[in-house]
Amino acid sequence: MRAGIFKIAIPPLAVVLSLCISALLIMAAGKNPLFIYQKMFTMTLGSEYGTGQIVFRATSLVFAGLAVAIPFKLKLFNIGGEGQMLAGAFSAALAGTLLPPQTHPVLAVFFCTLSAITAGASVALLSGWLKVSFGVNEVISTIMLNFIVQACAGFLLTGNLSVPSTAHTYEIVPSAQIPQFDTVFGIWQKSPANFSTLFALAACFGLWFLVFKTIPGYEMRAAGLHPEAARYAGIDTNFHILKAMGIGGAMAGLAAANLVLGYKHYYESGLTDGIGFMGIAVALLAFAHPVWIIGSAMLFGFLQYGGLSVNAYVPKDIFLMVQAVTILMILILTKFLHRN
Amino acid sequence: MNRSVLSVSGLSKKFGTFWANRNISLEIENGSIHAIVGENGAGKSTLTRMLYGLLSPTSGFISARGKSVRFSSPRQAIAEGIGMVHQHFMLVPELTVTENIMLGDERSHLFAPLKKRGTAETIRKIADTHALSIDPDALVSDLSVGEEQRVEILKLLYRNADILILDEPTAVLTPLETEKLFATLKSLQKEGKTVILITHKLDEAISVSDRVSVMRRGELIATEPTPSVTKADLARLMVGRDVLLRVEHPEENIGRPVLEVSNLSMNDWKGVQRLNGLSFEIRAGEIYGIAGVEGNGQSELLASLWGIADRRSVIDGSVMLDGTSIKGLHADKIAAMGVSHIPEDRLKHAVVPDFTIAENLIFGRHREKKFARTGGFNIPAIREYTDTVISEYMIRHDDRDNQKLASLSGGNQQKVVLAREIRRPDLKLLLLAQPTRGVDIGAIEMIHRQIIETRDKGIAILLVSAELDELVSLSTRIGCLYKGSLRREFTAEEVRYGRSSEKDFKKEIGLSIT
Repeated sequence: MRAGIFKIAIPPLAVVLSLCISALLIMAAGKNPLFIYQKMFTMTLGSEYGTGQIVFRATSLVFAGLAVAIPFKLKLFNIGGEGQMLAGAFSAALAGTLLPPQTHPVLAVFFCTLSAITAGASVALLSGWLKVSFGVNEVISTIMLNFIVQACAGFLLTGNLSVPSTAHTYEIVPSAQIPQFDTVFGIWQKSPANFSTLFALAACFGLWFLVFKTIPGYEMRAAGLHPEAARYAGIDTNFHILKAMGIGGAMAGLAAANLVLGYKHYYESGLTDGIGFMGIAVALLAFAHPVWIIGSAMLFGFLQYGGLSVNAYVPKDIFLMVQAVTILMILILTKFLHRN
Repeated sequence: MNRSVLSVSGLSKKFGTFWANRNISLEIENGSIHAIVGENGAGKSTLTRMLYGLLSPTSGFISARGKSVRFSSPRQAIAEGIGMVHQHFMLVPELTVTENIMLGDERSHLFAPLKKRGTAETIRKIADTHALSIDPDALVSDLSVGEEQRVEILKLLYRNADILILDEPTAVLTPLETEKLFATLKSLQKEGKTVILITHKLDEAISVSDRVSVMRRGELIATEPTPSVTKADLARLMVGRDVLLRVEHPEENIGRPVLEVSNLSMNDWKGVQRLNGLSFEIRAGEIYGIAGVEGNGQSELLASLWGIADRRSVIDGSVMLDGTSIKGLHADKIAAMGVSHIPEDRLKHAVVPDFTIAENLIFGRHREKKFARTGGFNIPAIREYTDTVISEYMIRHDDRDNQKLASLSGGNQQKVVLAREIRRPDLKLLLLAQPTRGVDIGAIEMIHRQIIETRDKGIAILLVSAELDELVSLSTRIGCLYKGSLRREFTAEEVRYGRSSEKDFKKEIGLSIT
């Protein structure tokens, strides 16, 4: 029981420790950390636009985090979130440009989202299939697929899908665009925060229910915790590996919906910008728990946008370091907890 | 002779708030074979680990030959002539016997060539004196378990240890090998060496030792000269109450054939034949015992009956359950037809230690309709079932809903598995592997009673066990498995007759399995 309380205390403790370390870094850069932190808060949580930015970034990170967390329930490391997300973004953008403009908005969004999910899940399932059929380590196959997907997308983009003399595709039809909170409710003005956030929340709670409350989820956890025993209990471990990878890839694809359908409205190279990799950290900070991921994604969203907002005073790379230090702290503290 | 070579006084070891050993005082006489018996968790291992320098005592003293000692590593214990053979051997399989024995005690200078030939000669000489037949040039990976144990003993003798601690040495041995080991121990004793034998098998303690100490819950309850105690005395001291060592064996009421196996053969993925034309049937209400030394096809037989054999292996022949073929079906389908399997390694194969008690009580039975509700589990039904099982099997726990199985004691974890499998609805056939391995003598009684009760409910039971005692006292019929085929089958009459002259009967079974 005491170990449980300590476990919950790890993430906040890690964050506080890494903020302290970054304060030292800011001082080393010749600035007053308190001033920087204060600026950071007023420009993010203190402003509507800033809050919206955090929500928008956190939404992508929630999906990217789930893409790692669900396979992790089976002790699989999905490092391919980036590639799966890219595949999702590209196919969502493509579907959005191909749809007839008069398609009903609900249908249009549904089709584009579905194509993103399918693309993301297919890439992840390829790794899952390699794992169950040939025993290929999923870490290696997902990393390699990142490069392959990136190269394919680049090839298609420069081929004939981009707007001439740019590096992005044509804009998707207006009915396929996911409305932003600003245009509907007038909150978080001018920020890219859009209704995908609601999908993200639904995904977190839905997956929590699936993993912890349903029979397939029970089998999935058993297969992850103790595959040998699961085999004796007649549980098809391979099937669950495929399922978890499929769900993970689908979540990465959904991150693309937030970026493409909700914000950019086209695909451009560099769109995913490492968010897929950030998902690993998000999942880690939340101990791969689908609901805790919300909090962890908010924190990383805050650090990301906060870093940008004070870029004029200190290099934003300091906040990249904060993120990295936070993760290292969590790893150290978790090991420490296990040793005692 | 009566001078004490190792003495311990007021020795205690505390882990957190738990006393693993409490105020232990013990004298080991020079040149004696001293057995220490006790249930799992009684503190035998902790005591020996302190004697060997693997653990340092919280309080108390150890003295060797009248000299007070305090070891902080096994190396110091060896220097004092104390050596230990662990339950799990510490050998490097890629090296030869000689190289393993030399390891850590090479007796040559840095960068100088190893004196392998000379050492091999020395080893051969020691081995011959003590009937420890072994080829010093053989690779350890080619040795049998019994031979590996001999290497471990030779390792100690090579280091001139004169106090030998053996931790559960017979757990991995066949009856024949056990006899050989005891002969070696007697021969060592003749040479003036002292042997400390840790065991939970009372027969062995009685047959080989001069004195015997009993441990219970971290304390040393008694030390007696062996000739003055009986098995029942020791069992009572170990458990703290009277123990029924013989299981009541009421007349079987045998019904229709439930499991019919004919001509079952299995080749593993390398093409090696593991099972060779097995044919037997098990009827409702009888226990069919499989005797055999481990590795003669027991695990392959169970795996093919339970549908979890390696997908690459080839299985021939037929397996019929109540007239329906179950060959090639998956475990979940076989289970749904009324078959339960209690595997040998319960912790590894039958439970998920990180799951709660309730989650483990439905493990493998989670697809049953009564536990399901639209979209998820029927929590109230599972709670009710958990409560029933907990009170019926007296599973000791702190928190029904949140406690992980891993935090239950070993015996209670066993009960969870037993309860779950025996209570499977419409149970017809129970596959049971080593049901009392690693189980305390007090709990063995309970488990044996459960097995007989299950049998009397008209359930067919396949009992695979390495303990001949257990097979003889529980089985209706016994099949002897040797190199993948049934070498001999003892009929119900033969077994019944055999029970009346157990010793000869066990010897006869022993001949058919080696």
